[in-house]
Amino acid sequence: MASFVTRRILWIIPVLFVVSLITFTLMSLTPGGPWAREKELPPQVVKQIQAKYGLDKPVHEQYITWVTNFIQGDLGPSYRYTNRSVNDIIEDGLPTTIHLGLMAFSLAVLIGIPLGIFAALGHNKLPDYLATGISVIGISTPSFVLAIVLVVTFSVALGWFPATSNRWGDWNTWVLPTIALAGYPIAQVARYTRAAMLEVTRKDYVRTAHSKGIRSRAVVVRHMIRNALIPVVTILGPILAFLVTGSFIIENFFGVPGIGDAYVTAIGGRDYTVIMATTMLYAFSVAFFNLAVDVGYAYIDPRIRYS
Amino acid sequence: MAADARTLSGADKVVARRSAGVWRDAFGRLRKNRLAMVGLVIVIALFALAVIGPTLAPWQYQVQDQDAIIENGFRPVKPFSDIAVQSGHFLGTDELGRDLFSRLLDGAQISMSVAIVVQLVVLTIGVPMGAFAGWFGGRIDNLLMRITDITYAFPDLLLIILLSIAFRETVFGRAFSGLLLVFVAIGLTSWVTVARLVRGQLLSLKEMEFVEAARAIGVRDRSIVTKHLLPNSVGPVIVAITLGVPGAILAEATLAYIGIGVQAPRASWGSLINEGVRWIRSDTHLVLFPAIAIATALLAFTFLGDGLRDALDPKLKGKQ
Repeated sequence: MASFVTRRILWIIPVLFVVSLITFTLMSLTPGGPWAREKELPPQVVKQIQAKYGLDKPVHEQYITWVTNFIQGDLGPSYRYTNRSVNDIIEDGLPTTIHLGLMAFSLAVLIGIPLGIFAALGHNKLPDYLATGISVIGISTPSFVLAIVLVVTFSVALGWFPATSNRWGDWNTWVLPTIALAGYPIAQVARYTRAAMLEVTRKDYVRTAHSKGIRSRAVVVRHMIRNALIPVVTILGPILAFLVTGSFIIENFFGVPGIGDAYVTAIGGRDYTVIMATTMLYAFSVAFFNLAVDVGYAYIDPRIRYS
Repeated sequence: MAADARTLSGADKVVARRSAGVWRDAFGRLRKNRLAMVGLVIVIALFALAVIGPTLAPWQYQVQDQDAIIENGFRPVKPFSDIAVQSGHFLGTDELGRDLFSRLLDGAQISMSVAIVVQLVVLTIGVPMGAFAGWFGGRIDNLLMRITDITYAFPDLLLIILLSIAFRETVFGRAFSGLLLVFVAIGLTSWVTVARLVRGQLLSLKEMEFVEAARAIGVRDRSIVTKHLLPNSVGPVIVAITLGVPGAILAEATLAYIGIGVQAPRASWGSLINEGVRWIRSDTHLVLFPAIAIATALLAFTFLGDGLRDALDPKLKGKQ
């Protein structure tokens, strides 16, 4: 087990290396840079700016410099905001992004799992159709479409919640972005829970429990749900990854001041150092969450042994 | 010799008849699936709109109706309002006086071309790669697996965005209003699934007796792969391709929503939302109609894909 975890952690390094190589190559192919302004700058000034950022050196040297700085935790200067470093931008945005992601994740678990159980217990009856219907719609509705529907209903028509969340301090600005971000994960969790519950319904130990005369409520809670939730854990990795990378659309839509919003702004503003850093952060989180879920899975299910 | 040839051609006919039966059975199962049929009808309708849309559209998508806008005090025309009915913009216009219905039709064309072309890119890369890896194994197989590892580690959407940013200002990036780049970027990140699928199919199929039989009568490797193995993996590939469509449409819409991808004056449903978001408080129709269009297309393709999976592989039914 320990060697499995070590190997998986070490595997993240080459993955991140390849991601950084691809990202850096693509970004260095891209025209424009810190000198790209509305008004064209004189060539001399452009040269000075290039020298200042080390962009006059060959690409491989730039990459080595970037990697060395990255390992030391220095993400470089922002091309767009000359007085801010990429580190500042990430440090400002990360807490908000994590906060939003955690709220959406809790919602996915707290609503998705009961919804799936509810569907499985009323298999092929009204609750099942209702819950399955909700989850099919949830899976095929993009988060920004859900966001539009929420804003049109709850802020334009009813006026309950603000349509923008740029003042993240107020709790009522949290509601709509959290629901919009959680829509897809809720549906996924519900789908997996339902399938897993239906699977365990057919198991011998469930029949045994019933035939021993245990009340069906207790069978469901003690025998079925506990076993059904094990495979559901596997979907949590991709869901955490979705919450990380999916949040930038929602953050941008609602103006949530997180790194996702900074990422979309950087794409529009050709702020390549910010794009590099956020891409690396996203790739790292995805790899990390998948690892965490694999390890957690082995931990809660003693039948699984990695070697 | 002559007798041999006759029996062989006879055997071919039997195989052909039986495989037609498999498809007919699958279609029979698909027809009984109500959701899948609804999906199929919507998909056909969307493709029809994409093809005849430009002739159907009351306006050209980029035309700005100044009169309607001036009459409306330089604000977007609301759908079914008096001005909308008078000027013939039933679904309203944006703030520049462009007819929303016509732009939605143009968006349908973009979404449906994404649906087809991306999957063509996926097929042209994925099937040969998967076939080579599955048939020859060894180094090519290893290479495919390594590429798979990397693409799975790199979040799809981020790679698509990076590719779009890197090439958006080149000739290639501007071709077909930026659509070519969108097709290639999405295709490059999604062919791996099909390649792995074909590889897996070939690995199991090549151990089958009919392959040995084909070999025994001297069929060349190449023909075994193209005439026997690949046709036998068509079913799963069709399912994977259909289920890949919503992902591709969504990726395009997301790109357009964050302002990269298809370039103005053409607008996909995602870019309509991007432009309309400013007006969400006063003129919700500008975002609501494209949002409904995206959701409908995604639902239809998902229903159809799920139905196809159940129809072509009844063993899997109810497992997902």
